[in-house]
This record gives sequence, structure tokens and C-alpha cells, in this order.
Amino acid sequence: METVSEQIITRSEILPIRTQIDLVHVRQRVRTWLSEERFTLIDQTKIVTAASELARNALEHGGGGQMEMSLLAVGARKGIRLKFSDQGPGIADITMALKDGYTTAGGMGLGLGGSKRLMSEFDIQSSPGAGTVVTVTRWK
Amino acid sequence: MERIPILRIGSLLLVTIQVDLYDDLALQLQDDLSTRIADLGATGVLIDISALEIVDSFIGRTLANIAAIARVLDAETVVVGMQPAVAITLVELGMSLPGIRTALNVDLGMEYLRQAATGGDGVGTDHYAE
Amino acid sequence: MIKLLKMMRDNQDRILTDWLDGLKASARRRDLIGDVEVKEHARKILTLISNPPPNTVLEDFSSEGWQTVRDQLMEISISRVAHGSSPSETAQFLLSLKPVMFKLIREQLTTAPDELFREIDVTNNFVDAMALHIAESYIQSRDKVIARQQEEMLELSTPVVMLWDGIVALPVIGTLDSSRAQMVMESLLHAIVQTNSRFAIIDITGVPTVDTLVAQHLLKTITAARLMGAECILSGIRPQIAQTIVHLGITLNDVVTRSKLSDAFRLALERSGRAVVQKAGQAPVVAPVAGVS
Repeated sequence: METVSEQIITRSEILPIRTQIDLVHVRQRVRTWLSEERFTLIDQTKIVTAASELARNALEHGGGGQMEMSLLAVGARKGIRLKFSDQGPGIADITMALKDGYTTAGGMGLGLGGSKRLMSEFDIQSSPGAGTVVTVTRWK
Repeated sequence: MERIPILRIGSLLLVTIQVDLYDDLALQLQDDLSTRIADLGATGVLIDISALEIVDSFIGRTLANIAAIARVLDAETVVVGMQPAVAITLVELGMSLPGIRTALNVDLGMEYLRQAATGGDGVGTDHYAE
Repeated sequence: MIKLLKMMRDNQDRILTDWLDGLKASARRRDLIGDVEVKEHARKILTLISNPPPNTVLEDFSSEGWQTVRDQLMEISISRVAHGSSPSETAQFLLSLKPVMFKLIREQLTTAPDELFREIDVTNNFVDAMALHIAESYIQSRDKVIARQQEEMLELSTPVVMLWDGIVALPVIGTLDSSRAQMVMESLLHAIVQTNSRFAIIDITGVPTVDTLVAQHLLKTITAARLMGAECILSGIRPQIAQTIVHLGITLNDVVTRSKLSDAFRLALERSGRAVVQKAGQAPVVAPVAGVS
């Protein structure tokens, strides 16, 4: 009777990631959207934290870039998708980069692997010299 | 540059983080606290994070560094007021912050630091059970 | 076609009576849904079918004109789910309309066999479409009820109780799946903040099995509580579960455990600087047990 609902983007916005202050803006904008869309407090905290980690990655390792946030709807189901892209040196070994404790900048190396655990879906596209694009989604 | 204020109460230092913490501000706090502990010979540092909506790996690492530096300078650090959602997220992120003393609120945190200064058993929760 | 609808309008009372008689004859469980309600449902459906908006044909049940009928069927299905009727009983309610209609059509069209056949075919398909629709609606309504009940059960099943000033306990009963473990975790952490409790006892006496996932959830909860400044004590680990935990290679080294809830409570009291003592000159009060002197 019912057909499979298509995924549609109901809202979209692009934010720059050039400075540490941009990083704070990214966190605040994501938080505002999530509270407007009535995500639970726990979900809000997890998503904002993941956004903070990935934005910092783009800034520190990718030399800056941008985040595109989109609100998704599949039937009655809502979700948020965050796409971080930079034009940095890229990642040669993605499997390695996803491991906890892997770090190139002297951090604790929880950024990528940690964000993956905080979100429902995680995708990374990267190759040396071609920059990195990380796309994460979390459904309500 | 913007700075997070550090209050002194007797031999204790009290920090209440109420702004959105960006990385340099967190590092600045780490520097300021190290200097103040050494200058004042402080025995304890209390950091109230009840107003923080998120603690990501960078902030978590800074808190751990502050505690480690304070220990070297012979001062105890207690982090108080972490929100449940923040705690759940940190655990999911893979950060359990071993070595950081925690307490539910400022009162319990102060009580712990006072007892720690006089050598008594603390009321804070440490990360080594029994 | 229009003739058929007119036929229905002209004979509405008779159709209703015959339909209800047919329903009574079939093995309907009258304890579930009352005659009055069934009559009301049947009457509404008949009225709606006999008086559709212009240009609405019986051949196409999915058309816009039949929306009111579909809505009405949804409403009936909700009521049927609430009363506990089965899906087949619910579909049977509509299918019982068929013999009534066939009989009427045969009487009216005895002289025109071609027309008779066509109208019976149309009626047959239309009633089938309605029966399918109500079956679908029934399942949707029941799914909604199940989802709501699951949510309610989740909430009911995680009560956090305050044992003493600064000590809360969470008796976990039943299997902990991922979503329930999440719920348990959240309600315990919120209770810690609300009651300002430094100690939280998680009692798993009522948990039948502990697998790796459940153990991980418990460990996460305990770690999160520590980050907030509260200490968790795990109690009620039954021997089989202790064996499973060791067998799975899960380390609970950093977790304070006690075999019984009462031991955990005593430990929490001690750690918060309190003690349970027996008053001098008084025998410990024990509730009388039948058959024991």
C-alpha cells in the first residue's frame, strides 16, 4: 500500500571552518538546529560533540574547509547530516586513522573513531593530496 | 585576549567555566592555572563545568592535563558538575578521564579538597575502585 | 453503475438489517465488541458508500472520492484493535456484506444476466478492496499500540529508588537490550543529579543473562556516573552470570561489586560515613515467620 519514502533535504546551510572561532560557531549552529528540530538532549550533545571533533580535524589536519549541514526527512523520520570537507593533504591509510589512539597532531586520537561511535552513519572519502570529506548522519 | 577568571578561596583555586570553550581559551586556562598554583602554593583546584554543554576530546584532554600539572605542583584537582548527557557522550567518545577526581557539585568538591589538604579520606569519587 | 448505488440508497435499511443478521449468524465474539457499536459502524459505512461525491465509481476504490470511506475504515480498525478483535474478524465484518448485496442485485436484475454478472463482479471487487484496506489499517493501528506499549514498558521498567539521603538504587528486572540499557543509563544518571546522590547501586538480581553488550552498557553507565562524581556499586550478580562474565573475558576490575543489594547498601552507608549498629540491650528485630519458633 505504501511505497518506500524518498530521502529529502528540508533544510541546508554551509559554515566555514577557518579559525577556532568558526569551530565554536559550528557547535552553536548545530545545537540551534537540533533544539529547533527537537532532538533529545543526549542526541544533541552527541551530535554537537561529533561536529566539534570533525570540524577540529578539518581545521588542524586539513588546513580549514567547510561544513555543510542538512536536515533530512524520510517519511516521518528525521535526521541530520553533517559533511566536512577540506583541501588538506588527505589520509593515506583510512583504516588506521579510524583506530582509537591514532594521531598525527599529538592529540588523543579519538576524533574520527569517536565521532563514528556518536553518529548513526559515517563515511570518509580521502586520498593523499586530494583532501578529505567526512559525512556523518544521525537519525532521530 | 579573553580569559577565564580564577578565584582564590584560602589555599584553593576555583574556576567556573561559563563560556563556550574554544581551544586557545582552554590552553590559556591551563597556563594561568599552572602559574597561579605555583605562585600561591595552592593545595587544590576546583573546576566547575556544570554550564558546559559539551566536552569534546580537546577539552577533556585539557582537563586531564591540568590535573596532571597540578599534581606535579602538589595540588589536587576536582572537576565538578558534569551533566549526564556530557558524561554519556564522553564515555561513548572513548574518554573515561582516568586520574581526574570528580564530584557532583561545588559543595562536595570543596569538601573533598579541604579533606585532601588535611590528609583525610575524600568525598570525591576517584577512578580506582577499592 | 449509478443504478447500483441508487439500489443501495433505496434499500439501505434492508441491507443494514440483513448485514447485521449475517454478522450475528457468523461466530462473532459478542463479548469483545457490542452490537450497538457494530450496527453504528455498519450504518456509517453503508451511508458513505451509497452517497459518494459526484463522478466517484465503485470500480476504483483508491480514488479520491472514497477517502471518507477509507478514513471511516481506519477509525473502525482502531476501535477493533482496542476491543481485541482479530484481523480476520475485522475483515469478516466487511466480507459479510457480500451475500447481502449479491442477493439484492440478483432480485433486481433477474431479467438482465449480463448486467447481473457485471454488478456482482464490481460489488465483489469493491468489498474485497474495503476488506483489504481495513486489514491493513488494523495492522497499522496495532503496530501503533505496540510501539506505545513498548515505550510505556521501558519507562515503567526502570524505576530509580532512593534508599537513603545520597544513595540511590536501580533494580534492573528483565532482559537488557540496547535501547533499554540506554534508558536505564539515562534515568540513573538523571536520578543521581536530581537527588544529589554520591552513591548509586545497580542491582541486577532480576537480569536473566548478561552478554558482552549488556556488560558494556553497565560499564559505560558506571564510567559516566564516575565522571559526574558518583560511585556505582554493582550488586546481585548470580553465580551463573559471574561465570558468563568471566567466560566472555569481560573485566570488571574497576567496578565495585557485592553479591547482595543489602551488602551494597551497607558499603554505601559506610563510605558516606554512616554505620548500621545494634542498640545495646535490644534484640535485633526480626519479623515473625510462620512455622518457625
